[in-house]
Amino acid sequence: MLIFLLRRLMQACFVMIIISLISFAIQDKLGDPVQQMVGMTVSQEERNLIRDDLGLNDGFFIQYWRFAKGAIHGDLGTSYYYKEPTLDVILEKLPATLELAFCAIVLVVIVATPCGVLAAIKPKHVLSRLLMIISSIGLSVPIFIIAILMVYIFSIELNLAPSFGRGNTVEVFGLWESGLFTKDGLKHLLLPSLSLAIALMPIFVRLIRAEMMEVLQSEYIRFAWSKGLSARRIYFKHALKNTMLPVITVGGIQAGTLVAYTILTETIFQWPGMGFLFMDAVSRVDTPLVSAYLIVVGGIFVITNTVVDLIYGLVNPTVRLASHGL
Amino acid sequence: MKMKVIIVCCLTLLFWNKATATTLKMAFDADPISLDPHEQLSEGTLQFSHLAFDPLLRWEKNGQIEPRLATNWERIDNKTMRFHLRHHVTFRTGNPFTAKDVVYTIERLKKSPDFRAMFDTIESASMVDEYTVDVHSTYTNPLLLNIMTYVFPMDKIFYQNQDQIIKYGETFASRNVSGTGPFILTERELGSRMELKRNPNYWDKDSGGNIDKIILTPIRADSTRLAALLSGDVDFIFPVSPIDIERTKKIKGIQLVTLPSTRILLLHMNQKRRKEFQDIRVRKAINLAINQPLIVEKILKGYATPAGQLSADRFLGHINGLEPEYDVGKALQLMKEAGYENGFRISMMAPNNRYMNDEKVAQAITAMLSRINITVDLKTLPKAQYFKEFDNHSADMMMLGWQSDTMDSNNLFEFIIACPDAKTGLGAYNASEYCKPSIDDDIRQANREMNPERRIRLMQQIERTIYNDAAIVPLYWQSLIWAAKDNVKIQDIVNDQNYPHIGDLFIEE
Repeated sequence: MLIFLLRRLMQACFVMIIISLISFAIQDKLGDPVQQMVGMTVSQEERNLIRDDLGLNDGFFIQYWRFAKGAIHGDLGTSYYYKEPTLDVILEKLPATLELAFCAIVLVVIVATPCGVLAAIKPKHVLSRLLMIISSIGLSVPIFIIAILMVYIFSIELNLAPSFGRGNTVEVFGLWESGLFTKDGLKHLLLPSLSLAIALMPIFVRLIRAEMMEVLQSEYIRFAWSKGLSARRIYFKHALKNTMLPVITVGGIQAGTLVAYTILTETIFQWPGMGFLFMDAVSRVDTPLVSAYLIVVGGIFVITNTVVDLIYGLVNPTVRLASHGL
Repeated sequence: MKMKVIIVCCLTLLFWNKATATTLKMAFDADPISLDPHEQLSEGTLQFSHLAFDPLLRWEKNGQIEPRLATNWERIDNKTMRFHLRHHVTFRTGNPFTAKDVVYTIERLKKSPDFRAMFDTIESASMVDEYTVDVHSTYTNPLLLNIMTYVFPMDKIFYQNQDQIIKYGETFASRNVSGTGPFILTERELGSRMELKRNPNYWDKDSGGNIDKIILTPIRADSTRLAALLSGDVDFIFPVSPIDIERTKKIKGIQLVTLPSTRILLLHMNQKRRKEFQDIRVRKAINLAINQPLIVEKILKGYATPAGQLSADRFLGHINGLEPEYDVGKALQLMKEAGYENGFRISMMAPNNRYMNDEKVAQAITAMLSRINITVDLKTLPKAQYFKEFDNHSADMMMLGWQSDTMDSNNLFEFIIACPDAKTGLGAYNASEYCKPSIDDDIRQANREMNPERRIRLMQQIERTIYNDAAIVPLYWQSLIWAAKDNVKIQDIVNDQNYPHIGDLFIEE
């Protein structure tokens, strides 16, 4: 286990270095940050002075070295627009994104699991077929279409939920600005989390169904039937438990999709989280913030994947062998 | 933590009692980059300046200049103007507003990298007495009043000794505000919201404005911004995308207000990159091949004015009757005469998120030019990348939009037409590399000419020369489009510079 862990950590460090290099290399492709700071009429000479001050005229490796030195000390640069350390800016926006993702995941779990199980147990049932059709459609409809439809129906036509923003937030535990504890905040959460959940749901419904069907074919389930165990016990204790294993793995991989989807959802709903921050930073050419975001998200990825592997190792002891631990 | 809860409770109670408080929720496409009015010369900054500060004078809708913190002014001699200031005005901090603040502000503007170019023409400002300021210009300056609309007096006592202007770092002025304006900033979450409350001691008692509180949210995405208005979450938005105009017009309870602006959109034909563009017949042919009225009608849904020159209607340089011409037959004839009957291939660049439907307009132009056998390789980029390319003159044809800071033709000529000169900054946006010394002389003269008649003649002469030379391709003056709920009377407070005077905005209950 220890060797496995160490090896994973080594890999993680290597991946992070690569991510930092790439995220730093694209800075130059985003545009000119100085252009964003000055009015149209400021002369090239003035702009060059600002560039000098920011060290943008130095060579790539000099700049990267400066950046890497700071990164080792936990300093990922200072945002041009927010004028604060990029890490602080991102962490400030993190709660909003986490709440959104959390609500979406809860919705997915609550809805997708029973749907998937139902579709597996009674594949011929009308409801199951309908579920499959809907999930096929859901897989192929892009999230922004879903989000725009939601806004149109729920906020413009029915006036049930606000169309943008986060509403009132209250501070919990002194460090978390949360929208989960106010009526207004929950109202604002409704549409974005629903859109995000709808975007993620189909894949999980289909996955749970496929896995469950496979498990139901297996020997030990047949044995359980012949033992005369109750259907509920078989379905929800024996079968579901083994179904969930690959689902967790895929869930870890889906974390990436989740990040991509939060960027879109937050942009559409003006949700002041990390994804929105990132899009804003790209359009403002706030290069330090863009790089920092990529590194933070890369870090989250690496951590989730490592954790998923570890959980996997706990659930299924055979993969604990270091030789298997990729 | 506890303190916060108490404050929140108090505020709730406060607002409970003041249930009649009129709140305006606005969603614009950008918010000011900083609270320091001198950090960046941009629309966002000036919109904010009109909320938290007052200018000495401001433009009225009819193109006249109206007194604000300066009540009247007179010319002392060719280089000096005297401004008499309003009495009994206080800053947010309670400090009285006097001549020292005006002098201080002008001195600070002269230090600001963004405003320096405009304020270089002002030698100094001196205090005559408590409520009188003399402004001395370096040479006879016909545009002194236009420039003074950019002076929003700052509270000297509040700012002094901690007033450095830094573009990429935190400063006192970028985080704290003290102005005399109709509103006082109460809360700001950078990039996501800004809240202001009415200044209870505001000097302008005659103003019909009745807004007690403003919540400003920057919403970049057009569809989200419009949805926010349609769902009733906000009361007032800018801009409205041309695609949404027809739909918005049909909706009950929503009004659309539009004004022609002075922002000119044009194409540069780079004569250094392409020898073909050095031939006036080719430039004329390109001008003839582009159908401005059709672009305005089809792509901009009529929310623009086709242009045959740079100066908008209200500018002194505007020549009546100089209309864009469209004649493909004549254009083909000219191409043939120039020896390019079979045309040639050029590269063109345009932004795709800077001006109204900019990408579509560029595509239409590409199609129009193909009719005179000019094949265009069009590349469109987001504005963040586009202007870097523009500065490098990376393509044979480039799109540009320009709004005159001084509301005067000469500003257009200085930046777009004058011979490029890195030292003086003239011709900084002249991607045509078109250079005519006679025009430069006229520009210099127009900057000093005090006789309005002669000045008009000079500027019309420049405009005429540009037209005769087909130096550029003028396209259209873009319109500004706002939308609001019916009871928000924005009609009276919007203007063609897009600095809505929200202090005077009235909302019907």
